[in-house]
Amino acid sequence: MIWFAAALLGFAALAWGFRVAGQTATGRAPYFRDMPFGVAYGYVLAVAALMWLVWAYTQGRSADPAVANKFFFLRIAVEGFIIFSIAAWLFRLLGRSVGTKQTKRLFRSMPLTAAFGIMMILIYVFVAVFASFLAPYGQAEIIRGVPANIMPGGDIALGGNPDFPLGTDQIGRDILSRLIYGAQNTVGIAFVTTVIAFLLGGSMGFLAATLGGWLDQLLSRIVDVLMAIPSLIFALLLMTIASVWAPRLGIPQTYFMILIIAVIDSTRVYRLARAVGQNIVVMDYIEAAKLRGEGLGYLMFREILPNATSPLLAEFGLRFCFVFLTIASLSFLGVGIQPPLADWGTMVRDLGGFVNFAQFAPMVATPPLLAAGAIALLAVAVNFVVDWMLHRSSGLKD
Amino acid sequence: MTQAPDTTPLVKIRDIRIDGRTDETWIPIIKGVNLTLQRGQVLGLIGESGAGKSTLGLAAMGYTRDGVRISGGSVEFDGIDLLTASAAVKRDLLGKRIAYVAQSAAASFNPAHRLIDQHVEGPVQHGIAGRKDSAEDGIALYRKLRLPNPEEIGFRYPHQVSGGQLQRAMTAMAMSCRPDLIIFDEPTTALDVTTQIEVLSAIRDIVAQYNTAAIYITHDLAVVAQMADRIKVLLRGEEVETADTRTMLDAPTQDYTKSLWAVRSFERPAKPAVQTGAVPVVSMQNVDASYGKVPVLHDVSFDIHAGRTVAVVGESGSGKSTAARCITGLLPPTSGQILFDGKVLPADYRKRSKGQLRQVQMIYQMADTALNPRMSIGQIIARPVQFYLGLTGKAKRQRVDALLEQIELDPAEYYNRLTSELSGGQKQRIGIARALAAEPRFIICDEVTSALDQLVAEGILRLLARLQDELSLSYMFITHDLATVRAIADEVVVMKDGRVVEQGPKAEMFSPPHHAYTDLLLSSVPEMDPDWLSNLLAERGVDNIGDAAVNKI
Repeated sequence: MIWFAAALLGFAALAWGFRVAGQTATGRAPYFRDMPFGVAYGYVLAVAALMWLVWAYTQGRSADPAVANKFFFLRIAVEGFIIFSIAAWLFRLLGRSVGTKQTKRLFRSMPLTAAFGIMMILIYVFVAVFASFLAPYGQAEIIRGVPANIMPGGDIALGGNPDFPLGTDQIGRDILSRLIYGAQNTVGIAFVTTVIAFLLGGSMGFLAATLGGWLDQLLSRIVDVLMAIPSLIFALLLMTIASVWAPRLGIPQTYFMILIIAVIDSTRVYRLARAVGQNIVVMDYIEAAKLRGEGLGYLMFREILPNATSPLLAEFGLRFCFVFLTIASLSFLGVGIQPPLADWGTMVRDLGGFVNFAQFAPMVATPPLLAAGAIALLAVAVNFVVDWMLHRSSGLKD
Repeated sequence: MTQAPDTTPLVKIRDIRIDGRTDETWIPIIKGVNLTLQRGQVLGLIGESGAGKSTLGLAAMGYTRDGVRISGGSVEFDGIDLLTASAAVKRDLLGKRIAYVAQSAAASFNPAHRLIDQHVEGPVQHGIAGRKDSAEDGIALYRKLRLPNPEEIGFRYPHQVSGGQLQRAMTAMAMSCRPDLIIFDEPTTALDVTTQIEVLSAIRDIVAQYNTAAIYITHDLAVVAQMADRIKVLLRGEEVETADTRTMLDAPTQDYTKSLWAVRSFERPAKPAVQTGAVPVVSMQNVDASYGKVPVLHDVSFDIHAGRTVAVVGESGSGKSTAARCITGLLPPTSGQILFDGKVLPADYRKRSKGQLRQVQMIYQMADTALNPRMSIGQIIARPVQFYLGLTGKAKRQRVDALLEQIELDPAEYYNRLTSELSGGQKQRIGIARALAAEPRFIICDEVTSALDQLVAEGILRLLARLQDELSLSYMFITHDLATVRAIADEVVVMKDGRVVEQGPKAEMFSPPHHAYTDLLLSSVPEMDPDWLSNLLAERGVDNIGDAAVNKI
């Protein structure tokens, strides 16, 4: 504790020195002259954090396995960060030189985070579409003559197998193949669910905004009731009911899941669409269209919708992440996507026990983290893109 | 407006260059302007929107908006170079020695704090006066600015005070540190004429009393003539000319300045009187209307004949726009009826037939909100053509092209553009084309020129007049600007508090005797004569102008 306080005080002294040094070195350039102390302090803290990170990284690469294991995941994270940054930078470079005039312009003004997001989304889509060509084995295929729980990494000395670079799970299925098929199942189902949620919530929201009155009241109160119930618990409840109904009606349980999550999430979309719609409905051009005698459909989809695209698109990105996480959670809880279909949420649950090995055998603990990482990476990527789109539509200049 | 004996300039701007960022490149906004302001002097900055008036005004404080940078030149305030001054030096100047009064006081006050709390913030922060002294001083300033209930008004929140009063409270706030320089950025543009006159006289008095220098930014020439000692005319970021107010008004040297001065001379020839017994195109008969339970219109009746323009005049809240909403059917009247060509129109627009809707078109005040920003010009104009006339394909395109030519825009160039790529005047023209596309007989023009600069507004008025002659349209022209009325109207209806107080042909309206309210409206319109405000105040006294006088009627 004393050390901590001393370090903070030391940083403060360093920050003060840094500012003075900057002022004298640049001859009181406006940037250093007007720099608040907090900013100088921030610089010093950032440098300290960076130095620790470099130290930790070198520890992670140390020859002593006991030390290296401690910093194994940090090492992977740092390396991943650098590789992805370079890839995103190259991708942006590519976008700037290839494509139409408009896309080139788009890429020129794009921050690196957005380029990363778009790149990752494209990769996920590619993998999901061509899963059956990319995956070396089937998603439910229990490979004969291969033991279960092969370690990832393909290092034979540690118990890996180069034929299965990411190893196999408890019943001997190839984890790489399951990850690839998981993209198809999880992402595909999440996408369909989000689209349904938007069709439902968006049109209802616009309808309420345009017509107002008792219809608006009725829809809004229904949505209030639905929103008052915690969504995951509500979904769990409905899924339990659906699991009884599904075999009786002969409809796959997955369809029920899509519908249930879509309805629950459409309430959030409804709120947004209604709020955005209400701001647009008061515009004079809507009044002009009403006075022209236009019908409801034209008002909603030709006049209001084009003006609501940017907030709705941004919400689409976020909602997609939430839906995706809901599906993963439901699968984790055992009522989501049913085995033997590969799904990232289920994979995390099934392989979760291995995380306990993280301290002394980090490679063994990797399999559940791979699926979790796939989820996290997509969520981050989508959010980067959404942030960028929000920034663009808000018209902020920096 | 006393002349200060000190000859060193208070503000000295030399060859200033300011750029604004658009997409990826820096575009010059101000291209090398010099400005010198002596102590105690008022400088008027005029020019159309986009001329760089506000940017230059802010640069005089050493400040630029986001996405704008100063790329060259120098700004000196009392010998201090503001462009290289440190943040600490600037903090000490702004608010204390340089103050700023924004266009919309309603948007500039923090709605969560009382006026007096915002008033004392400057002096307390700058260590000039304590809270208590500053608050007392604030009340004294409120009294000087002739705000009603000066003792008590400071304890209200911004939304509890009217627009004109807020603007004066803001001037008081700017005065709270007794600055050497105040920058007024269009402080009366958003106000009614009767309110404007009060604010103008209050600002002029207080600036003269404390010998404060001021930069007064506006696009209204008549206003600047009252306020400024010197006038600087800007055009697209460049100075056109600078001169004393009187010299400038009497003998402008540049063509552009002369054209600005000439705007107010447009006036249409009077038309012959309407034949007795002719059926009016639109007739409002004894209309009462209310928003919820609040009555807004009381027994309003007037006729609009074919090929005529009826101007409906009054200040905000007088029911002008509500009358228009009754005619369009957006607000069904509680009693009375609206006749079109002698036939009764259904009260609610939803019950009107397509043919009936087609005959009544509307042009809006704010072209920005009246045109869908996501549609191209072609789509906007083509929709009514297709909807009402059923034209498609080539015939539709031909009709749209013809309409664009009618409003003097080149179809090849503008057909595919978005409204965001047009200037304010061009947007208003698109609004006119959309109304014309329905081939109506009657158009409601709701303050169509009030958001535009005078030169552009004159172009719109001339266009409307030409179209009326060619297509024998009838206009209902809602406005609060009597110069516009003089330019385009055939008949005038004056409204106050939802009642018609006077109506008749234009010539009669502009010659006495008037109704007391018409008289007040007429006398409140600023004239180009620099002595107009002084004369008016001498003639009527401070208590007989503006809102104070309205309340007496």
